[in-house]
Amino acid sequence: MLKKLFFLCIIRPIVLLVTGVHVRGQNHLPKEGASIVVSNHNSHLDTMVLMSLYPLRRLPKVRPVAAFDYFMKNRVVAWFSQHVIGIIPLKRKVSKDEGHPFAPVHKALDVGETIILFPEGSRGEPEEMSPFKTGVAHLSKVYPDVPVIPIYIHGAGKALPKGEALFVPFIIDVVIGEALYNRDEDHKTFTKRLETAVNKLEQKYKEIV
Amino acid sequence: MIETVLELFSDESGSVLGIILLLLAISTVVIYVKYPTRELKDRIKSWWYIVGFFIVGAMLNTTVAMFFFGILSYLALKEYFTLIPTRRTDRRVLFYAYLAIIPQFWFAGIEWYGMFIIWIPVFLFLLLPFRQILIGDTKGFLENTARVQWGLMMFVFGLSHLAYMITLDPVSANSVGGKELVLYLVLLTELNDILQYLWGKSIGKRKIVPKVSPNKTVEGFVGAFISITLLALLFSFLTPFLWYEALIAGMIISGAGFVGDVVISMVKRDIGVKDSGSMLPGHGGILDRVDSLIYTAPLFFHYVYYLYY
Repeated sequence: MLKKLFFLCIIRPIVLLVTGVHVRGQNHLPKEGASIVVSNHNSHLDTMVLMSLYPLRRLPKVRPVAAFDYFMKNRVVAWFSQHVIGIIPLKRKVSKDEGHPFAPVHKALDVGETIILFPEGSRGEPEEMSPFKTGVAHLSKVYPDVPVIPIYIHGAGKALPKGEALFVPFIIDVVIGEALYNRDEDHKTFTKRLETAVNKLEQKYKEIV
Repeated sequence: MIETVLELFSDESGSVLGIILLLLAISTVVIYVKYPTRELKDRIKSWWYIVGFFIVGAMLNTTVAMFFFGILSYLALKEYFTLIPTRRTDRRVLFYAYLAIIPQFWFAGIEWYGMFIIWIPVFLFLLLPFRQILIGDTKGFLENTARVQWGLMMFVFGLSHLAYMITLDPVSANSVGGKELVLYLVLLTELNDILQYLWGKSIGKRKIVPKVSPNKTVEGFVGAFISITLLALLFSFLTPFLWYEALIAGMIISGAGFVGDVVISMVKRDIGVKDSGSMLPGHGGILDRVDSLIYTAPLFFHYVYYLYY
């Protein structure tokens, strides 16, 4: 409830009206069921933009995976991240005795939720892509029937880059690609395939404009 | 509410709005029956939205009109800032540029002519370099200042003349006022675009500015120029003009509209994009639609202002 209200009153107006998002390939986004959404990452806006791609009623089932060390560091941020945004906190540094770090993600996929993941692992420099980490490959190997949706986002890193608090409006472009499935590929091959898919979307975007 | 709407269609501007809606309806039928291509359908659909938003936004109430033109200005400026290359250190400067929209339209709304006319050409012109000194990124200072100031002049200063014009009072007791002038200007400017396209399509041969806008022809320009001059006379009941003043107004609008259109083409060529954005399916972005107005609005405004105010 809180999540829907927050997105309806604050996030949607900012993302859709103040900034403006132009989406290409909306039809590639599954209408329901579990899926793993993967995109490049330059800004906190990325999560908000991706969540705005879904109708309000689906929002409770759309869960961004976010860094435990960053979003759980103080109580206010932690409460907000978990109860308003609905993140799944993920520990970037794993210690052996705490169980599988992906366990909460598995749980979410089991109940048919949509997971948002940024395989670069960090926002990095504006509008630059770092090499993907292999987490998604591990995850999709366990769930070979869950579609992995590659998405390329352009412009969010200009509007709200890492380390800046001032939001400056620019139109954000989103290109959604066709779903990938990990049919028993090894981690490196699948990660490479995923990275290529996002790079291709970037190429496609640059060709259109 | 209903009364306001009825009132809207009962005076001079109302009859013209009626004609526009009728023409739009006819064009829609013609397109769907004879030329049902995706692009034309998108374009006519966008026209319905444009006319609808224009009537509700600009024609009903002066205060609403300030917000309407202010938002239009914001959307145009945002498209432009998205297109141009910017340095990361420019973000604060761009933020100030966005903020400048609010006072500009407020000055228009309260009819503070002096501030309205110098806010961007003088104050912002002096302020933007100063803000960059505080940031201290010297490389690219001139390019950035020029780009941002130019954007402000075009999309905020230029377009805000529509807002100021709408506040103008009738010249005499039984005369029309600012709302009619704005309708006259916007109608003729948009018709000029359409007629240039239609004349060009039907008899166009010689390219007029081949390097910038290869689709524009001499025949299209001349055809529209003559048509608009006559239409300016036909619709002069929306203005206080004498017959020859209306003819000159038509020439100003047609000529300036053409230049505005080509100037935005020039920007897009420079950056290397086809459309400025994607807000209006079939047209492109907001800039692709308001490009001519950016030139016609200030020129027509000062023409009227010199003659009657």
